[in-house]
Amino acid sequence: MQQRSNIRFMSRQEVLGYIMLAVILLAIIPLSLDVFRLNLIGKYLTYAFVALGLVLCWGYGGILSLGQGVFFGLGGYCMAMFLKLEASDPESTKIQSTPGIPDFMDWNQITELPWWWEPFRQLPFALSAIVLLPTLFAFIIGVAMFKRRVGGVYFAIITQAIAAIMTILIIGQQGYTGGVNGITDLRTLLGWDIRSDSAKVILYYVCSAALFICLLLSQFIRYKKLGRILVAMRDREDRVRFSGYDVANFKIFVFCLSAMFSAIGGAMFTLQVGFMSPSFVGIVPSIEMVIYCAVGGRLSLLGAVYGTLLVNWAKTIFSETFPELWLFAMGALFIAVVMAFPNGLASLFKRYIEPKLPAWYSGKTMVSKAPIIEKDSSMETAHANALGSEENIGSSKSLAKPETAVTVAPRTDEKLEGGVYVD
Amino acid sequence: MSTNRSDFVLAVEGLTVSFDGFKAVNDLSFYVDEGEIRVIIGPNGAGKTTVLDLICGRTQATSGSIKFRGEELTRMKEHQIVHHGVGRKFQNPSIYDDLSVFENLEISYPRGRSVFGSLMFKRDREVIEEVENIAEIIFLQNDLDKPAGLLSHGQKQWLEIGMLLIQKPDLLMLDEPVAGMSVAERKKTAELLNRITQGRSVIVIEHDMQFVEDIAHRVTVMHQGKVLSEGSMERVKNDPKVIEVYLGH
Amino acid sequence: MFEEYSMAELTDILFMQGFAGLILFSVLVLMALGLAIIFGQMGVINMAHGEFMILGAYTTYLTSHIFETYLPALFDGYFFVAMALAFLVCFALGVLVEWGMIRFLFKRPLDTLLATWGLSLILQQSYRTVFGAREVGVTLPEWMMGSYSMTETIEVPINGIFVMVLTLFIASGVYFLMFRSLWGKQVRAVVQNRPMAGAVGIDTGKVDRYTFGIGCGIAGIAGSAFTMIGSTGPTSGQLYIVDTFLVVVFGGAQSLIGTIASAFTISQSQSTLEFFLSGSMAKVITLLIVVGILMLRPQGLFALKIRQ
Repeated sequence: MQQRSNIRFMSRQEVLGYIMLAVILLAIIPLSLDVFRLNLIGKYLTYAFVALGLVLCWGYGGILSLGQGVFFGLGGYCMAMFLKLEASDPESTKIQSTPGIPDFMDWNQITELPWWWEPFRQLPFALSAIVLLPTLFAFIIGVAMFKRRVGGVYFAIITQAIAAIMTILIIGQQGYTGGVNGITDLRTLLGWDIRSDSAKVILYYVCSAALFICLLLSQFIRYKKLGRILVAMRDREDRVRFSGYDVANFKIFVFCLSAMFSAIGGAMFTLQVGFMSPSFVGIVPSIEMVIYCAVGGRLSLLGAVYGTLLVNWAKTIFSETFPELWLFAMGALFIAVVMAFPNGLASLFKRYIEPKLPAWYSGKTMVSKAPIIEKDSSMETAHANALGSEENIGSSKSLAKPETAVTVAPRTDEKLEGGVYVD
Repeated sequence: MSTNRSDFVLAVEGLTVSFDGFKAVNDLSFYVDEGEIRVIIGPNGAGKTTVLDLICGRTQATSGSIKFRGEELTRMKEHQIVHHGVGRKFQNPSIYDDLSVFENLEISYPRGRSVFGSLMFKRDREVIEEVENIAEIIFLQNDLDKPAGLLSHGQKQWLEIGMLLIQKPDLLMLDEPVAGMSVAERKKTAELLNRITQGRSVIVIEHDMQFVEDIAHRVTVMHQGKVLSEGSMERVKNDPKVIEVYLGH
Repeated sequence: MFEEYSMAELTDILFMQGFAGLILFSVLVLMALGLAIIFGQMGVINMAHGEFMILGAYTTYLTSHIFETYLPALFDGYFFVAMALAFLVCFALGVLVEWGMIRFLFKRPLDTLLATWGLSLILQQSYRTVFGAREVGVTLPEWMMGSYSMTETIEVPINGIFVMVLTLFIASGVYFLMFRSLWGKQVRAVVQNRPMAGAVGIDTGKVDRYTFGIGCGIAGIAGSAFTMIGSTGPTSGQLYIVDTFLVVVFGGAQSLIGTIASAFTISQSQSTLEFFLSGSMAKVITLLIVVGILMLRPQGLFALKIRQ
């Protein structure tokens, strides 16, 4: 029974997975691509924050939000407001009728900076707003919805409506928000030119690092009891409630967390791309971000990153060569991923690639330091095979893996985990 | 019909719930003693499950009161009712198929129930011992690492009972705990129930009369949302009203 | 802000605004009816509903062309043929989609949401490929043009009146179908207890398929009506879709009256607010009010309280 208390933060496969991703993101991609393409990948990675949030919120918690673009946008706009104010110093805006305010305000006959723009002159305020404002907004939505037990399709539709409201509001209030063009022409961050090639490389690394922090944070949540409660809640909400948990609080938490991730992604987007506009806030981008998560595998944290990269890479290729086909491909992707691969790339990896990997990958031949326990692992193996047709990906370390010195062929030790997606 | 007797664990008085005019439970009153096993029987649609729903907060009462150890439950939320010591088992086994038996029980362990608490929750010696202890009571000590979805129907029923036990409730409510079980499993379950009722009260809804006779201290017969008859199994069985609506046909 | 208007002018403006609201109401009801039938039956929001509507609109557009070219004598009546065709085309596609996609996603409403979104993307791009990205409009028959003067200052457009009458007609049709026909009884039986309905010999799969088809067919009719008051482009379906979703969710599943009442509330508040505020702010406030009320009453306005 010793090993049961010995739950590990990451399995061997997961550790290898993270190392692999780190190598790809921090070495292979930067070394093999020019700055333009690197910046493009950096932009894709900002969507991965959203996809990651959706893994927790939708894959684990069962809450499908079709309004994640709202939080992405809020984060991005907070960043953009700071950068815009820095770019709008009286010297560089002296041709305006009111120098010292953002150009789009001047075009809209606004003569004074609105009071709520004022604090965004301070970087610390802007940075905290990036994280806190969207989280607070998600908290308000979450409390209002989850405490009233709004869920499922209703929640999806309402978040979609919120995305619509947000877009209309931003476009309608163009004097304060830059309207349909958004906030553009951002140049420097505390005097550092973010448009230069070197800045783009550095920002790429910052973005990757931030993504890794979010990944590890998600991994931590999955490893704690909280992660298992999310899975339990998704499958048997009533049972969790009658085990004495206030289900709404857990939903609010995971929704806020996913909003926070999205907002960080949005801010990184603004920094790397140099503008923010309502076209990243509305219904269409919001639901597109769901597909990034679904393609990667809705239960796989790492899958979210790969899914995002793959879909966006495909989108870029398509738009460059056959733009008219892209919507067909995208539509087919939505249908295919839902109908044929509900667990996305992660399940394909588990089924087709992992069995072919050498034995050291699953760590079975390794003699661990843990005490050797007299325990027959064949039973678990049998169950693993029974479940073998299902994709056992993601989620917590439900099964204490027998850390014995027994050598088992990797195929038979498919890990049984809590996140099996069963309908 | 008010009472100040404090030795009742549960006092249900004048309980009514109406769904668009249809009174599923109509002015219902009954009392459960400390340590008592009470079985509620009645034809389908008599309102039995609705009564459990009302007690555990799943359904809001239209009027009436439910006092548990003197505290009013009708205004509490489900999880608060659980915290006060009421546990509820559903009619269909309601367990987490994707989690292992161990994790199923661990989640039900009454600690770290807030968001923050569940982040800080540690699987320490105490938790493991308690889980193993309960697993033994519910005959699942050898299946702790199995995904719960792979258990047999009867084992799932036991697991859910175990998930309640680990909460250490003072009042245990079981909705058809032996439905779908084999004869042998029924016997084992009756044994299990008799064992776990030490120091707590139990309300059971059941159709299996043999099983009811095996476990019941007292029986409440419900019909059309009301109490038709109440008392020992012997008395209820011979009540002409009961024979007419339920047992006799 | 009202000083510059006389009392009579104010009344007229309110009336016209109310009439504009009624047209919006009609469009919303037409769109929402089909969606509501599907939502009530399967608990699924069909994200491609707007595209089905546009399919109906394009069908009408094609029919008008055919009449113009080959049957100019009958042009006055083409609209009724177009409407029937729109229904049939959308019904057929709906049945096909249910058969090929939706039925495999049974009990996975969120996944259905995503799959139908995928479908909507494919349809949009198909329209763009076939009809081009530009918006197209139909020629109205003579009798539908112009307006009817109620008083000297109040004029109501005839096509608006036509859409309203049509809505009334379709809504009563749906009512009879759902609550007075044997088929409606089967649908309601399946909604209430699927296994039991299956056990008494109702082919639940078939009921699902035709419900979905009819829902889509009604969207087609809505699209047909839509051409009477606006032009059609590949993405026009997106224009009203959020409003329509909200109408359905706000009205509560399985409630025809709820759908109509919520369409009325939403359209009237929007058109009234539009008079005081800019169009976009009116929309924002309307949507916010709806979302706010939904938070207070998550099951919608007219949901039945039932035993779980």
